[in-house]
Amino acid sequence: METKYISRDGITQWFEVIVTSGKRVYAPVNSHGQVDFKLVKSLSEVADDYIQTTQSIKASVYPKAEVLFSYEKEHGKVNLTDFDPDTIPETVLWRVHPCDAAGFRPLSAIFNWDSADKLHNAHLIKTSVVSFSCANADESCFCTSVNGSPGNTSGSDVQLTVLPDGGAIAEILTPKGEALVALLPSVFETDRGDKKEQYLVDLPARFSLEEVNAKLNKAFNSTVWKEQSERCIGCGACAFVCPTCACFDIQEDVHGSKGRRIRCWDACGFSLFTLHTSGHNPREHQSQRWRQRILHKFSYMPDRLSVVGCTGCGRCSRACPVDMNLLEHITSIAKQ
Amino acid sequence: MKKLRDRVAALLDEGAVSLVIGYEEGTKRPRPLFCRNSESTGKLIFDSRCFHNLAVYVTKKELVGKERFAVTAPISTLRSILQLYVENQLSEEKLLVLTVDLNGELREFVTFEEILAYVAQFEMKRGEREQEILSKIEGMTREERWKFWMGEMSHCFKCYACRSACPLCYCTKCVVEVNRPQWINPWPSPISNMEWHVNRAMHMVGRCTACGACGDACPVGIPIDLITRKMMEDLAPEFGFVPGQPAKQGNALSSWKLDDREQFIR
Amino acid sequence: MSNSTEFEPKIIAFVCNWCTYAGADLTGTSRLKYATNVKIVRFPCTGRIDFLLLLKSFAQGADGVIVSGCHPNDCHYTSGNFHARRRWIAFRTVLDLMGVDIRRIQYSWVSAAEGSKWADLVNNTVADIRALGPYAEYQKVADYLEKEGFDEEA
Repeated sequence: METKYISRDGITQWFEVIVTSGKRVYAPVNSHGQVDFKLVKSLSEVADDYIQTTQSIKASVYPKAEVLFSYEKEHGKVNLTDFDPDTIPETVLWRVHPCDAAGFRPLSAIFNWDSADKLHNAHLIKTSVVSFSCANADESCFCTSVNGSPGNTSGSDVQLTVLPDGGAIAEILTPKGEALVALLPSVFETDRGDKKEQYLVDLPARFSLEEVNAKLNKAFNSTVWKEQSERCIGCGACAFVCPTCACFDIQEDVHGSKGRRIRCWDACGFSLFTLHTSGHNPREHQSQRWRQRILHKFSYMPDRLSVVGCTGCGRCSRACPVDMNLLEHITSIAKQ
Repeated sequence: MKKLRDRVAALLDEGAVSLVIGYEEGTKRPRPLFCRNSESTGKLIFDSRCFHNLAVYVTKKELVGKERFAVTAPISTLRSILQLYVENQLSEEKLLVLTVDLNGELREFVTFEEILAYVAQFEMKRGEREQEILSKIEGMTREERWKFWMGEMSHCFKCYACRSACPLCYCTKCVVEVNRPQWINPWPSPISNMEWHVNRAMHMVGRCTACGACGDACPVGIPIDLITRKMMEDLAPEFGFVPGQPAKQGNALSSWKLDDREQFIR
Repeated sequence: MSNSTEFEPKIIAFVCNWCTYAGADLTGTSRLKYATNVKIVRFPCTGRIDFLLLLKSFAQGADGVIVSGCHPNDCHYTSGNFHARRRWIAFRTVLDLMGVDIRRIQYSWVSAAEGSKWADLVNNTVADIRALGPYAEYQKVADYLEKEGFDEEA
C-alpha cells in the first residue's frame, strides 16, 4: 500500500496511457441527464458533476446477459463450446465510487460460496478499479451505516482523492493497482502529506448494523413487512440497479439444432420468482418478497457469508418509482 | 386539504370504506399512502405534484380486499379508472372516487358516468418534456429513428418496471411469463428489448391514457411512455376514439369498422 | 436463371388458408411462373397472424415479408380479416415510430380466384425488396445478445 500525489495534468496523462495501452476503459458519461458507465476514449467524455450513476458496475463482472455455453447438434453428436475466459478483455473501471467498489466483496461471496463461479471470477481477474472518493452525498446515501465510508478502499485497486488544485492523493492498494501505475510512473509524485479525511463528505451513520441484525432475527412474523411493502409494485428496478444483487435466471436460446444457454438478471421481488411448477408459491405476497429482500441483505448474508449485502449507495431508493426508501425502512426497524 | 382529510377520516370511521388510497409526502416527491384508519389521514396530501397513477393498485385484489374502498385520484388516475371500468375490472359498488377540482373543491364520484363527465372537461395535452422529445423524433428520418430507439433499447435491462407501473397491465399471467412458447426473450438484448416494447405498445392500443407512469418508473430513463403516447395520438383519429376517454365502440383491437384505412394494402 | 452475384431477397409470406393459399395453388395449376424467393407459411386466417411473427422473420434473416388474406367481407371466419386490418394499421404505426423499414412488409388481399394477382404480388415485392437491398441494419443486431457487458456507444 503506497500513497502518492498526482497532479491534474498527471491524471489526464495517466488516463490517456491506460486507454492507449489497449485496455477497455469504462467511465461515467452523462447522456441526456443520466450518468452511466460507458466505454470511453478520452477524459473529456467523463462526467464529474453527479452524486451517483444510475446503474451500478456489477455488469463488469456479472453481465446482464451472458452465454454460459453454446452447442450444435449434428448427426446425433453434440459439439459443445464452453465459456472461454481468454475472450474477456482487460478492463479498467474509472471513477468508481467507494460504495460501488465495495460491492465486489458481497458479489464475490455470493458467486463463490459453494462453488467457484467460472464466469464471474474470470471477469474479476481481468478487471481493475480506479475509484474516486466522495466529496458529496445526497439524502439517499448511507454508506457509513453499513461498514462503508466515502473514502473506503475495499474493492479498489487505486483510489484517488481529488484536491482543490485538481490533483489528487493516489492510494495504490493492490498489485493490479501497481501494474496500472507502472504504465506511467513518472506522474506519481511523492506524497505531499495531504490528509484524505479533510476532503471527504461528512456522512453520519443513520443506524447500527448490529442493532438492525439483532432486531431482524426476531422480526420474521412482524407486521412491519406488510406495512412497509404496501406501495411496492414489484417492478424489480431496485434489484437491477443494486451493486450486490445477484439473483439470476437461466434461459435457453434455441434455433433449430443450435443453441445457447444464457444467464441473465432476475429479481426476488418478481411475483414469479419462487413459483414452483406445482403452482405453489412460498412467497406469493409482496410483503413476503419485501421481507426476503431485507433479511437477505441484512441478516442472512452477514450470518452466513460474513458480509453485509448492502453498500449504502442509495440507488434502490433513487430508482424506485414509488419511493420505497430502504434507508427509511431500515431505520424504522432499528427503532422498533 | 383539510376537507379531504376530514372526509376520508369520516368515511373510514363510518366503515363506508375499509381503505383509502391516497398520497403522502415522500423523500423527494409525493408517494402513495394507504389509509386504513382515521389516524393515518393526517398524512394525506393532494396537489399538482401528486403524479403517481394510483389506479395501478385498484386491481390488486390482495391489497384492496373484498370490501368497498376509495381512491383520491388526480386526472391521470381518473382516466385509467375509466378504462378499467370499461374493461370490467372495477365495479361501482366497490369503488368510491375522490378528487379535488381546479377550484380546490372536494368532489366525490360514485358512478362511471360521473367520472366520465368530469374527465371530459380536461383536454389531453403534451407536457413540455413530451413535446421536446417527440418533436425531435418526429423530425428524424427513418434511419435516425432506428438509431435513436436502438440506442435506448440497449439500455433496457428487462426489469419490467414499465409493466408493473402501468395500471392497465393487470394480466395475472403476462405474455413474458409464458415459456411455451417463449415469445419474448427474458434476457435483455437490443432487439428483444425492442420486441418487448413493440409488444407492449400493441397491447396498449386504444387503452393507454398517456399517464407517463411507465416512463417515470423506468430506472434507466428510457422515454417509453412516448411510444404509447404517440400511438394514442396517431391512432385516435384512425380508430375514432377520444384520447383519454374510453372508446364507445369497444377497445380498438377488438372492434373494427368497414371503412378502416386500406391504402397500404395492395 | 438469376445472376449468382445479384442479391436475392429472402421473403416470408404469411397467408390465410382459405383465400391466398388457395390462390397461390391456382397460380401453380395455371402454370404461371413467378419468383422463387418466397417461403409461404399457412394460417387458418389472417386474424391469427401475430404481429411479432413479422419482426421475428426479420431477425431470422428475412429481407421482406408478405401478409395476405381474404378480401374484406369474404373472410371464411366472417371478421378475422377485419381484426387483422386493424392490427396492421396499429402495427405499421408503431414500427414506423421505432424506425423499422415498413416498406419491407407488404400487405395484400388475394382471393382464391386471383392466381395471377398472387404471381404479380410476389414478383413486385421481390423487385421492391431487391431494390432496397438486404435488411442488414436489422440483422446486425439480431443475434439476440449484446456483445458487451456494458452499453456500447449507440
